[in-house]
Amino acid sequence: MPTARTAFAPALSFPSWTGGRLLLAGLSGLAGLAGPAAAGGPDDGKVHVTYWEKWVSFEGQAMQTVIAEFNRSQDRIVVDYLPTSQIDRKMIVATAGGDPPDLVGLWAYNLASFADAEALRPLDDFIRADGLTPEQWLARYYPVYARMIQHSGRIYAGISTPATIAFYWNKTLFREAGLDPDRPPRTLAELNDYARRLTKHDPATGAITQMGFLPQDPGWWPWIFCLWFGGELFDGRQITLATNPKNLEAMRWIEGFTRDNGADAVKVFTSGAFGAWASAQAPFMSGKIAMVFQGVWYDNYIKQYKPGLDYGVGPWPEAAAGVKDFCLAEADVLAIPRGAHHAREAWEFIKYVNSNNPRARTREELRGGELLCSLQQKLSPLREWSPYFEQHNPHPNIAVFRQLAASPNARATPDIGVWQEYYREFIAAFERVRLLEATPEEALGFAHRRMTESWERYRRSLERHGQVPPAAPGHTP
Amino acid sequence: MNARDRRKFFAGVAFTSPWIVGLAVFTLYPVLASLFYSFCDYSILKSPVWIGLENYQQLFRDELFWKSLRNTLFYAALSVPLGTVVALSLAFLLHRQVRARGVFRTIFYLPSIVPMVASAMLWLWIFNGQYGLLNAALRPLLAPFGVTPPAWLADPTWAKPALIIMSLWGTGNAMVIYLAGLQNVPRELYEAAEIDGATGWRRFWHITLPMISPVIYFNVIMGLISALQIFTQAFIMSEAANGNGGGSDGNPGRSTLFYSIYLFSTAFYDLRMGYASAMAYVLFVVIALLTWLASRLARDHVNYQS
Repeated sequence: MPTARTAFAPALSFPSWTGGRLLLAGLSGLAGLAGPAAAGGPDDGKVHVTYWEKWVSFEGQAMQTVIAEFNRSQDRIVVDYLPTSQIDRKMIVATAGGDPPDLVGLWAYNLASFADAEALRPLDDFIRADGLTPEQWLARYYPVYARMIQHSGRIYAGISTPATIAFYWNKTLFREAGLDPDRPPRTLAELNDYARRLTKHDPATGAITQMGFLPQDPGWWPWIFCLWFGGELFDGRQITLATNPKNLEAMRWIEGFTRDNGADAVKVFTSGAFGAWASAQAPFMSGKIAMVFQGVWYDNYIKQYKPGLDYGVGPWPEAAAGVKDFCLAEADVLAIPRGAHHAREAWEFIKYVNSNNPRARTREELRGGELLCSLQQKLSPLREWSPYFEQHNPHPNIAVFRQLAASPNARATPDIGVWQEYYREFIAAFERVRLLEATPEEALGFAHRRMTESWERYRRSLERHGQVPPAAPGHTP
Repeated sequence: MNARDRRKFFAGVAFTSPWIVGLAVFTLYPVLASLFYSFCDYSILKSPVWIGLENYQQLFRDELFWKSLRNTLFYAALSVPLGTVVALSLAFLLHRQVRARGVFRTIFYLPSIVPMVASAMLWLWIFNGQYGLLNAALRPLLAPFGVTPPAWLADPTWAKPALIIMSLWGTGNAMVIYLAGLQNVPRELYEAAEIDGATGWRRFWHITLPMISPVIYFNVIMGLISALQIFTQAFIMSEAANGNGGGSDGNPGRSTLFYSIYLFSTAFYDLRMGYASAMAYVLFVVIALLTWLASRLARDHVNYQS
């Protein structure tokens, strides 16, 4: 990465680093007082890779199993796992303090902004040192995952576990509404029709007791509806939120759910049913909502919180003519922070997790990412699956998620460094529309103007720091 | 200064040095550094670049800055007076000779020591529009008028009032301070007033209130400063009640986007530390101005016995 052009680095970052080191020195002293174990890793002659990850519970246990396999597979490197909450912000602060972990588990949407902030080490040189070109490395992944680990033409992460988002429907509620439980809606028109037929009211009070579909459940990625309708949020150069008519169409569709059911009635319904997605009160699990878009992980939670729920999983209904198998893809990723002490060894672990044993025919023969994804009941981001992983996958609907991951219409978070701000701005527009506080035109117009200003300011900031403002997404196999 | 005084001086400095070092490293340095960063384009990991007043100019053109400031002032304007009235009323009740007074004092103080996150989760259920305790109580009361209770945290109109109601839950600290103030009012003043024929209300207005006015002044100022920095409860509740992930933005519809939440998002999600530092200094000026204004208004009404 280019260094700062007009920066105050020598004079003005000095106190910051001095302060940070003073603080670290003080804290190290305290740690030393706590006993020998706190002073450092065991003196076993191996390189200890500090790995911060967000996972606890069964996901954390799955990763620890993979780490144990990796540690056994060679005798030079030991990966030490440390579960960490709010990992993205803590990693930034630790990196700024000059003491980052060697390896960090982030979300794919962090990559663009963290790469622009010079918080991450690009992996291209490691890949080349191993005798592959970046293109060859990326060609092993499904295209959507290959795209999401790049930014400005460089690779910044490997994938730990990928996800695709599919369409879930409650078969029991379908039966009650006289719908075929084995035939989910195939088009947007059918989804709208099913949503109406699956919505129920209390005859005495008129209050909504069940809804077929609500765009705000779970409410994590409402921006994907714009892309589903054929719109775009960013064209690689400019914000296109209010200039792409398909985005407006999507927002009108969202608005329709509140208009058709009554703003106050929907507010009361959502205030009663929403909030705890990983619980038995989650609207889909409690039968309050009949259809929802959820990720590959959701089956695990249904098993835990609503065993016996009769549900189906399938591809998204077609919203834009001719666009089949549209879906949102996401991923947990492994990255190396800038200033990591054991970057080379951290790369070895990333490489291990981003590989498999393509000939595995038994559970014991599973390696790397396939072992992890099998334990977490997710799909593999790699195109090639071993016979065992494909045929004995513990996820009952893995074929659907694989089909979506392989789709040319699978979409990921836009590759833009101001995504966090864009996301909040979009959520605000979405909220204003769904609460009928603004028309779709007003809400998108406001968000578009703010994001255009923000994007221009961001590019100016990159230029100030001697970085080339990103103009287009990176290389894609 | 002779040798003995010098020795005493250095001994004093040595004993206070942990505090002095702590203040310098953890308070003074960040305060001065953030003042400098407020004039810079700074994102933590890259070196700061001086941009003069650009952050401040952008701030005054930023609609969200004004919206978050309005939301915060609205919250402070209602929660501080309401909190004062509630805490003072409780203190009066618990100052009286009632049976099990100690038990009641403990009960009313208890919410103050419940961690904010725990009480936020509790209030999420109380404010639940369909199954919440509050609406279960309000529904039969409002039904004769054909009115239904609001959806509270899911409704942009009622989300801020909900947080104001919740703020009354934690008035235990102020209540204890009022109680101490009430206990310090000399009994002979009441006896003299009684001889002069003063009724309960006149005794309160002309004796109690002036005598505890410094305590009220202290609590109002502290309450104001704390209200202008509201963060935790709004951050947790707006997020949890509306189910959105990845960064709180004062849901629903930014109705609970308070100043500190906007500042936090700008600093730690967008990594715009320079801009966030400028926001912090503007908040500092706002708090200082309002505190000064409160002091001016209170000058003729606060009665210091000395």
